[in-house]
Amino acid sequence: MTTTTEPDLSALIARMTGDEKHSAAARSTVDVLWALYDRVLDISPEKVHDPRRDRFLLSKGHGPMAYYAVLAAKGFLDPDELDDWTSVGSRLGMHPDRMRVPGVEISSGSLGHGLALAVGTVFGLRAQRITDAKVVVLVGDAELDEGSNAEAIALAGRAAMDRLTAVVIDNSSATHGWPGGIERRFAVEGWATRRVDGRDHDALYDALTTPHPAQPLCVVAVVEPKER
Amino acid sequence: MRETFLSTMDDALAADPRLVLVLADISAASMARAQRRHPDRVLNVGIREQTLIGVTGGLALTGMRPVAHSFPPFLVERPYEQVKLDLTHQGVGAVLVSAGASYDMSYAGRTHQSPADVALLDTVPGWTVYVPGHPAEARRLLLESLPGDCSVYLRLSVQANAHPHLGVGFQTLRDGRRGVVLAVGPVLDRVLPATEGLDVTVLYANTIRPFDGKALRAAIGESADVVLVEPYLAGTSAHHVTEALADLPHRLLSLGVRRDAEVRLYGTPADHDAAHGLDVPGLTFALKDFYDRAER
Repeated sequence: MTTTTEPDLSALIARMTGDEKHSAAARSTVDVLWALYDRVLDISPEKVHDPRRDRFLLSKGHGPMAYYAVLAAKGFLDPDELDDWTSVGSRLGMHPDRMRVPGVEISSGSLGHGLALAVGTVFGLRAQRITDAKVVVLVGDAELDEGSNAEAIALAGRAAMDRLTAVVIDNSSATHGWPGGIERRFAVEGWATRRVDGRDHDALYDALTTPHPAQPLCVVAVVEPKER
Repeated sequence: MRETFLSTMDDALAADPRLVLVLADISAASMARAQRRHPDRVLNVGIREQTLIGVTGGLALTGMRPVAHSFPPFLVERPYEQVKLDLTHQGVGAVLVSAGASYDMSYAGRTHQSPADVALLDTVPGWTVYVPGHPAEARRLLLESLPGDCSVYLRLSVQANAHPHLGVGFQTLRDGRRGVVLAVGPVLDRVLPATEGLDVTVLYANTIRPFDGKALRAAIGESADVVLVEPYLAGTSAHHVTEALADLPHRLLSLGVRRDAEVRLYGTPADHDAAHGLDVPGLTFALKDFYDRAER
C-alpha cells in the first residue's frame, strides 16, 4: 500500500461552503474521490487530452464541492478559484461543466446520465483497441431510482465490461430503498460487486482495485445516512 | 430510404474506422452481417432508447463518430433529455437517423408517429436537420454527415418524390412573381401540381436547418407572400421565416401536420395526407385561397 499525505480537503471545501461542517452532499463523496484520484486512477492535468487516460465520470453532479476540492488538490484547478465558485465570473458551478473545467469528463447535474455515458465511453475505447484505460463512474444510491440506470446496468453486464467500475455512494437517501442491498441489482446483471466502508481509504483502495475479469465492477461505498 | 441508409452505412463502416452504428433493436436484423464484420462498431443496445443516446454520447466523447438509428418517437421524443444533455451539453455531436417520419406508420397509430421531432430539435442549439425527398438524396446527405463532429438529424420517410434534387440550399424549381412556396422533402411532388397555374416561385429544401433565410429573401418577387409546406408539424419553420423577413411587410401560411388535434386514424399515409390537407386537393385549395386573398 502506498501512503500519501492527504491535503486538507476540508479546508478546500470550506472555501466554497464557508462552513467547516460542510453539507452532506459534499461530505458523502470526499473519501471515495480522494481514494480514486490519489491511488487508483491514472489521470493528471498533463494527461487530460491523452486518449489512453483513465476516466472518471461524476454522474451525481450535485454537491460538487468535494470534487472541486480534489481537482484543486491534484493541480487541475487553482485553489483560489474555489473562493468565488458559482459567481458569474467563475467556471465552477453547482453542477460541473466539462466544457469549462479542466479534468471534468462529463457535464452533469441531471441524474441518471453518467452510467450510459460511461458504457458508451468503454465501447469507444474498445473500438479503438485501448484496452488498459479504466472508466469509473460515480452515482448516488438515490440516483439509481432513475430508470435510465437500469438500462445501462444490464447492458454493461451483458457486454462484459471489465474496464468499467461503478461506485455507488450509499447514504441511504433513496426514497423507497433497495431491499437486499444495491449490489444485488448489479450482481443479477452479471457485475462483480463489493460493499465497503466509504470512509476507509484502505478498504476503498482494496475494493476499487479488485480484479474483475470479463465483468464490470460495482463498489458500494457506505457512508452515514443523509440527514433528513 | 431506410434500405438505402442501411446499405450505405454498411459500406461506410468498412471504409471509416471511426464510425459506430448504434441500434436499439430497430433494423438490427438487417445489420446482422455488418455486426459480424465489425463487432465493436455495430452495437445493438436492445430496447433501451435512453441508453441508445447515452451510449452515443459516450462514444463521441472518445472521438468516435456515432450514428444512432431508430423510429423517431424513440430516437428523439423518449430520450429528448439525453439528446439535449448527453450530446449537445457535453459539446459532442452525432448523426441521428430516424425512419418512419410523421405518419409513415399510419396503420400503427399515434404511438409510432412523431410529427414533432424537428420542432423538438429546434429547442436544442446547433443541429443540422436533413429531410430528404428521395433515396438518392438520403444517401448523399448521409455521406456528407459522416465526417466531422457536427450534430445531424437525418429524417427518412417512406414517402418520396419521383426524382431526386441533389443541389444544396433552397433550390429554385419554378419562378414566379406573386410569392414563394417552400416545399420540404417528400411533399414536393404534391406541391408542384398544387402550384400549377399560380404565378409563384417554388423552392425545394432537403436541408431545413440551418434555415437558408438568405435564399428565401432572395426569392421574394413583387409580394412577400410565403407558404411553408412541411411534412411535420405545421409552422415548425415559421420562426425562421419571420426572422428572415423581419423588416419586410409579409404574409405567411404554414402548412404541415395539424397541431390542434391528434388525428386518430389508421389507414395509409395517403389517408393522413388528406386528413392534414397535405394531399394535392388540400394543398391546391389552401394555396389558391391564400393567394386569392392577397388580391382582394
